[in-house]
Amino acid sequence: MNLPGYEDIIEDLAFFDDWEQRYQYIIDLGKSIPKLAAEQKTDELLVPGCQSKVWLLSHTKDGVLQFQADSDAVIVSGLLAIVLAAYHNQTPAKILAFDIDGYFQTLDLERHISPTRGNGLRAIVAKIQGLAKQAQS
Amino acid sequence: MTAAISHFDIDAIRAQFPILQQQIEGNPLVYLDNAATTQKPKAVIQAITDYYTQCNANVHRGAHHLADEATRRFEQARDTVAAFIGARDRSEVIWTSGTTEAINIVANGIGQRLQPGDEVLVTEMEHHANLVTWQQACKRSGASLKVAPIHDNGALNTTAFTRLLTDKTKLVALPHVSNALGTVNPIKTLTAEAHAIGALVFIDGAQGIAHGGVDVSDIGCDFYAFSGHKLFGPTGVGVLWGKKAVLQDWPVWQTGGEMIAQVTYQSSTWGELPNRLEAGTPNIAGVIGLAAAIDWFNRLDLTAVQTHERRLLDYATEQAHGFDGLQIVGTAADKIGVFSFLLEGSHPADVGFLLDKQGIAIRTGSHCAQPLMQRLGVPGTARASFSVYNTLQEVDALFIALKKARQMLA
Repeated sequence: MNLPGYEDIIEDLAFFDDWEQRYQYIIDLGKSIPKLAAEQKTDELLVPGCQSKVWLLSHTKDGVLQFQADSDAVIVSGLLAIVLAAYHNQTPAKILAFDIDGYFQTLDLERHISPTRGNGLRAIVAKIQGLAKQAQS
Repeated sequence: MTAAISHFDIDAIRAQFPILQQQIEGNPLVYLDNAATTQKPKAVIQAITDYYTQCNANVHRGAHHLADEATRRFEQARDTVAAFIGARDRSEVIWTSGTTEAINIVANGIGQRLQPGDEVLVTEMEHHANLVTWQQACKRSGASLKVAPIHDNGALNTTAFTRLLTDKTKLVALPHVSNALGTVNPIKTLTAEAHAIGALVFIDGAQGIAHGGVDVSDIGCDFYAFSGHKLFGPTGVGVLWGKKAVLQDWPVWQTGGEMIAQVTYQSSTWGELPNRLEAGTPNIAGVIGLAAAIDWFNRLDLTAVQTHERRLLDYATEQAHGFDGLQIVGTAADKIGVFSFLLEGSHPADVGFLLDKQGIAIRTGSHCAQPLMQRLGVPGTARASFSVYNTLQEVDALFIALKKARQMLA
């Protein structure tokens, strides 16, 4: 899965000085992430979110967790790409140690991950952390 | 642009809403989420503050001056509501926490009398509150829930509605105005039809009340319910209006203080309306705030308000026709206050988010009407909803922001 690394995302987003450029970047990111095939979008993979649907597919390979995520809303897809940039291809220990709130604060996107925002991003993070805990035990 | 309307000074109206004076992300706030909740004029905020600063006390326990004054304002509010909706008897006005609780009171009352074979008729455009409550009441009693279909434009299919009315129909529950589409239902005619076969009629007035002109005696329905917060009043207070002849011997809703007549350790008897349906200490400040909202609304020229609101919706609709890729969801001939739409190729959540970044507050999603969204084959909609304080310039701002959103999402 061709995703920028999370350091790249931090660097890219720091470069923009207005909201339009920042969200255009997130929208473009959302468009560029590999989409799940229709048959992969099962209810089982659905992560309950408020407004848009979000699916998360995961598996373990050589001790790291791999993820693929998709949403029917493009900004959420872009935010998923930003989340997965931190978690994809990482060991469970690294996933659990990663400071996701700090990462979103650095990106100035913390409102998206706050518990009051009903876009399911928080739920995705909780699910990924749960999977990492499972893989560890 | 609105200067031509007599007795209707939009700037003066806006000046009474402190919350509208702010900026969001560097843009003036454009509040177009009025179907979710309306903003509060100073008069309402002041009435609540006055209650707490001058006469906070529990009502109906008049052992001292404060209690008398609190009770006076509280019961005066009941008269205000009764007059506002054309109720003939003040004891038919029951305070609730909102429309949802009002529906639950009615469902509890009639639900205990429903039997297998009985039917409750709702419409395809219901808010979850006016669907799930009846669905569950039917499940508990073994009655069947029937759903009157809508046309593709969001208008009720009245022919099908009529066909679904049978001698088994015990209750018809329908919205005055659809929260998701803005469709206005011909509630007076539909009520007469339902009464002709002996059914009771409940009108969900959550979206109808703030547009003014509700007269329950004229409509003829048995129940009409609304929430204070969609009528410029506070949250947590609402009204169930119901005909005394129906309500007075119904099973009680909650039990506790205030609603009783005589109590022994082994048994109790119930008080008269409205108290028998108002257990416990009520939302006194909320009730007083709601009455202040109605007093405020009554001072406006209703015809001018309605003309202004129609103009906002007409103007938005007209703009939409010239806007590539915009599809209006809900195009019934009789429509008010709600402009629900989709931007081709974009999810409503994305549109809503990009509008928010530009200071435009709308709602996106299923609007608590998931079955309706499925019926219309849409994932949800973006919904701008108008109120008396919105301006044509704000509709312009909506379309400028939409243009940017369309460009960014393309």
